[in-house]
Amino acid sequence: MSTEFLSANHAAAVAATLAGRANRRGRGFGGGVYPITPQTECIEYLCGQEFDKGEIVRVESEHSAMGVCIGMSLAGARTFTASSSNGLAYMAENVFAAALYRLPIVMMAVNRTIGPPWNIWVDHGDTLALRDSGWLQFYCENNQEVFDTMLMAWRVAEDRRVLLPVMVCQDAFVLSHTMMQTEVPTLAEVERFLPVLDLPHRLTEAPVTVGGLDFPHETEAHRRQHAAAMTRVPEVWREAQAEFSHLFGRRPADPVECHRTDDAETILVAMATTSSTVRTVVDAARARGQKVGAVRVHRFRPFPEQELRGALAGGRRIGILDRDISLGHGGILWSEVRGTAPPGALVQNYILGLGGGDIRPADIEDILADLVQRREVGEPRIMEVAS
Amino acid sequence: MNEPALQGIAHSCLDRKDPLLRPGNTNCGGCGMSIALNMLSRGIGDRRVQLSIPACCGIVTAGPFPCSAYGAPVVAATFASAAAFATGMARAARMNGEPTRVICFAGDGGTYDIGMATLSAAAERNEDLLYVCYDNEIYGNTGGQRSSATPLGARTSTTPHGKEQPKKDIVAIMAAHGIPYAASISLAHPEDAYTKFKEAVGLPGFRFIHVLAPCPTGWKSEPAAGIDLIRLAVRSGLFPVRTVRDGHFATIDVEPDFDQDALADYFARQRRFRKEDVDLPRILEAIRQNWERLRRLSAGGVRA
Repeated sequence: MSTEFLSANHAAAVAATLAGRANRRGRGFGGGVYPITPQTECIEYLCGQEFDKGEIVRVESEHSAMGVCIGMSLAGARTFTASSSNGLAYMAENVFAAALYRLPIVMMAVNRTIGPPWNIWVDHGDTLALRDSGWLQFYCENNQEVFDTMLMAWRVAEDRRVLLPVMVCQDAFVLSHTMMQTEVPTLAEVERFLPVLDLPHRLTEAPVTVGGLDFPHETEAHRRQHAAAMTRVPEVWREAQAEFSHLFGRRPADPVECHRTDDAETILVAMATTSSTVRTVVDAARARGQKVGAVRVHRFRPFPEQELRGALAGGRRIGILDRDISLGHGGILWSEVRGTAPPGALVQNYILGLGGGDIRPADIEDILADLVQRREVGEPRIMEVAS
Repeated sequence: MNEPALQGIAHSCLDRKDPLLRPGNTNCGGCGMSIALNMLSRGIGDRRVQLSIPACCGIVTAGPFPCSAYGAPVVAATFASAAAFATGMARAARMNGEPTRVICFAGDGGTYDIGMATLSAAAERNEDLLYVCYDNEIYGNTGGQRSSATPLGARTSTTPHGKEQPKKDIVAIMAAHGIPYAASISLAHPEDAYTKFKEAVGLPGFRFIHVLAPCPTGWKSEPAAGIDLIRLAVRSGLFPVRTVRDGHFATIDVEPDFDQDALADYFARQRRFRKEDVDLPRILEAIRQNWERLRRLSAGGVRA
């Protein structure tokens, strides 16, 4: 283990390099890569690495980047790619395909606003548009968490009880281009945590057609199996968390992270880096004597329904902060989380930081002030943070 | 004129034990893609192969889960991604030191149109793949719509008055990538087809083979007439059978006799072509110009 000074792009790339090398006694490592701001530094780093058994393919589009990952994964290799924003939108068909083939591909996604008009800054709408693609989704808060979630991602994805792809999401620039101290284990340590991939349905010589035609009954069965694999994720994650803690001395994040929620009457729910700012404001409010807590959703898929019910159980006023918008409805996090609020609680949606608007403590203070004085729930409120 | 010696498809000792296209598949009678698969099967012989087949007719051929009409492992790829999936499969085989040959088998929609960028990029990277395009000149899977491989004058469900543009020259496009091997194959000339498939399966780097594949349903022709139609297309010079190696060493593999009756017969025997839609003088002139170009490229070379 060593301490490195890394951007989250490089943290993800270092994790991918270690995970890739750790599979050299298996069927190797690789993937298709394609540049897009603000993810590019990740794949640039990867293209500069040497692998005993690895193939990084510089393809012509995101659609093909995922296509190469699918082919390589079907052949039994450990696979990785990274993308962002419109790149993810262009890749979408093969994103769905990767999950439907039940392949343990890991993708690092840098959350960026979908254009036009073109905007390179953070917004969670790109990966949330893929929430129904059958992938696991994790939203990270800092660079260490990006690194740790990447290693956890392969461990969980490749577990025979799961066999599903994982998207590890990080905020554009706030994390992707910000350097932080990051604990990096050695290859030998990673090898102890990540066993060699043995994909049960990899292509061999058996004359089978993978992903051919389904009649309705077969599709029902396949979807039921896929859904069942999702239900096994929490258990597999917990096991991996325990082993990760034992090996590396750090505990990877829970699906739902609570901060001072035990006696909280007012709770603010958010994802990714917004949560750090929310915690700062919660601590200040606590110092003033307000019973406020913060909840962070780390794992968005499978959706942590039970964990959220527990976390929000004591809340009377719940503010859900979205850095995304489902146009014609409201925040995506809100639309899913509000169903887990206790009966009678006032649940208000605040949409802020769209297109990378800087979310400052003062913005969260405004939300808190609005929430505690509210008599009734209003429409999702689209905030404008100062530029 | 090299007339075929075998007069069609005959079973022989060249067959794989498990044919690439197994009996019991649901392809239409007279499907040119079925014939192409049988010839490819012989070209493969006993070599280990894996196939990437996009969402063209060729994947419907596989049949419903969990059956497979293919005698080799197949990945049903997304429509545009056959060459990308195959890239991943071929790279994995290479890094694991396996002799597996990876083959893309795609229709004209998946090749000329939606898969073009993926195909071009894989060719540019010189991936170790054989890409076979069985070209029935329409989107057959969806009931016969125009593709950029549909020939001038052909009626499809989306060109009810006949297509106004000629088809793209896919062999020239692929050869322009400088790939080791780009060729067209006539199903009416099985010796030529077998020799080319066999060579192309074994060569390293990116290989491309174009097969004109009759589709009785889309061409509105007699199922039994498919091979005859291909022979007419070759004789008339409409479909050149040729090879381009390394982007510039070009040969003409079957010399046509430019028989105008053959050309007229080719159009007359398919109801997708109507007299009022087929501009015969324009087509004759296009054939003449095309062959002038091909002669220049091949320096008059005809394979012995």
